[in-house]
Amino acid sequence: MLKIKSLLAVAAVSVMVSAYADSGLHSETKAVESVWRESMVAKNHVGLDRLNQTALQKACSNADDNVASNAEREQLRQAATESVVYPTDGKFFGDWQRGEAIAGNGKGMQWSDNPSDPNGGNCYACHQMSPDEVAYGTVGPSLRNYGMRGTSQAMLKYTWAKIWNPQTYMVCSHMPRFGDAGILDQQQIQDLMAYLFDPASPVNRK
Amino acid sequence: MSAKSGFVPLLRTLSVCSLLFAVAAEAQDDPFAEYREMMGDDNPAIFVIEEGAELWTKPQGPKQASLEQCDLGLGAGVVKGAYAQLPRYFDDTRQVMDLEGRLIHCMVSLQGRDRSDILRKPYSGTGDMGTELEALASYVADQSMGMPIATPQDHPAEKATYAMGKELFFYRAGPYDFSCATCHRQDEKRIRLQNLPNLTAHANAGEAYSSWPAYRISQGLVRTMGWRMQNCAKQQRLPQLLPGSEAVISLITYMSVNGSGTEMAAPGLKR
Ligand code: HEC
Ligand code: HEC
Repeated sequence: MLKIKSLLAVAAVSVMVSAYADSGLHSETKAVESVWRESMVAKNHVGLDRLNQTALQKACSNADDNVASNAEREQLRQAATESVVYPTDGKFFGDWQRGEAIAGNGKGMQWSDNPSDPNGGNCYACHQMSPDEVAYGTVGPSLRNYGMRGTSQAMLKYTWAKIWNPQTYMVCSHMPRFGDAGILDQQQIQDLMAYLFDPASPVNRK
Repeated sequence: MSAKSGFVPLLRTLSVCSLLFAVAAEAQDDPFAEYREMMGDDNPAIFVIEEGAELWTKPQGPKQASLEQCDLGLGAGVVKGAYAQLPRYFDDTRQVMDLEGRLIHCMVSLQGRDRSDILRKPYSGTGDMGTELEALASYVADQSMGMPIATPQDHPAEKATYAMGKELFFYRAGPYDFSCATCHRQDEKRIRLQNLPNLTAHANAGEAYSSWPAYRISQGLVRTMGWRMQNCAKQQRLPQLLPGSEAVISLITYMSVNGSGTEMAAPGLKR
């Protein structure tokens, strides 16, 4: 094990050295992806394959935050809609208390995180939810009293799809594709759904 | 190192106490306002700056040379004002370099040291006492205190570096689809309680850029701009970003040019 580690360290350092040798003047001709690649090293479980862009990521990598062509935008929206996997057991709701823990857990997929721990949803990084949690971010809209919208089938499917792949409703959304990208599993999303809709959940406390 | 050893543990204790008070008192805005009030104008970075000044003149490496002849862009040995005019194009290396990349270059070329040795641990881990690169960056930055950011955009390579920085800034990748812009393109947003500067806008970019390197109260250490980039790339779920690399230099150029004219205030003081 130790040997492997020191081998990896040597490999990492030699990549670093070549990153230096390569950096420099050619930026006007170089593709942005190769600049990222040459400026980074794999770390723990996070490899350079993370720099490969999906069609959606490529289309949304611009200052306008929108897909330039209407046709392509429609195509990406269609692909997102088809990516959504609705609950295989037909249940939209799990346990809101477990959902609360997932919403507050910011761990997941960083090279400093332990990949054998479950990923969190980190919803609080971007959303207000329970009135008891003051440390909420504002990148996304407030989800206070989300359950007031009712539990019609349409509402449940909309919300499930939003968590699974928000690109379904808004191409270039800033919210991660929690289901589609494999960040959260079905059970975790059911727990979050309960956290959003259950009348006993603090999200819906007046 | 010796100058810090007595103070830093004390400061760490202070910072933990003030954190508790501040969270109780004022959860929303600036949890460290109270700490700042308590410290007055004293930024613990002064010890790190001193250490950097000593390291600058200390003969080291196989060549037993100091860094006093290092050219940071304004001529060999000129430190005053140099940081405010970085990153810039250097004739000797024929590339645009930022402060950290240039410092490493000088350690290699003047002192004969091994680049990979320096890169093995450029930044402190939690609980460490600080690295050479952190001390040197603090010293050099302090020598531009109060001067306006004036990152040059004259040489074609400097313009190309800015353009590349902008592309990198908007590049979405990784399992979360994040780019730098996801967190830093809008005004008045925050993640949890941390304010997110809009780095595409002049005022925010200038304020953010001018405050790094910065003493991080929560960590009891000076952190450099290269470390900030590495930590944000980690939050972006990307691999490890290397100090002095082309991506870092380009991103830094993008932010410093956006913030041009803002007075340098580094090393700053952060939560
Ligand atoms: C990086 C920031 C971010 C994170 C993390 C995040 N969201 Fe979002 N969310 C957004 C943004 C931005 C929107 C608005 C754009 C959109 O609808 O796609 C949004 C919209 C939503 C909506 C639709 C709101 C409405 O009014 O219709 C729901 C529901 C939602 N998020 C739930 C969640 C849940 C549950 C989590 C945690 C698993 C989460 N979000 C994590 C940024 C985020
Ligand atoms: C997931 C969100 C996220 C992403 C993506 C992100 N950052 Fe950050 N960034 C933050 C947060 C949160 C802070 C504030 C941290 C703090 O206060 O401790 C921050 C702080 C900064 C700062 C310092 C601001 C100041 O005023 O001190 C800079 C500069 C910065 N980020 C640049 C970048 C760049 C460049 C990228 C892309 C490589 C990036 N960030 C990607 C969340 C992010």
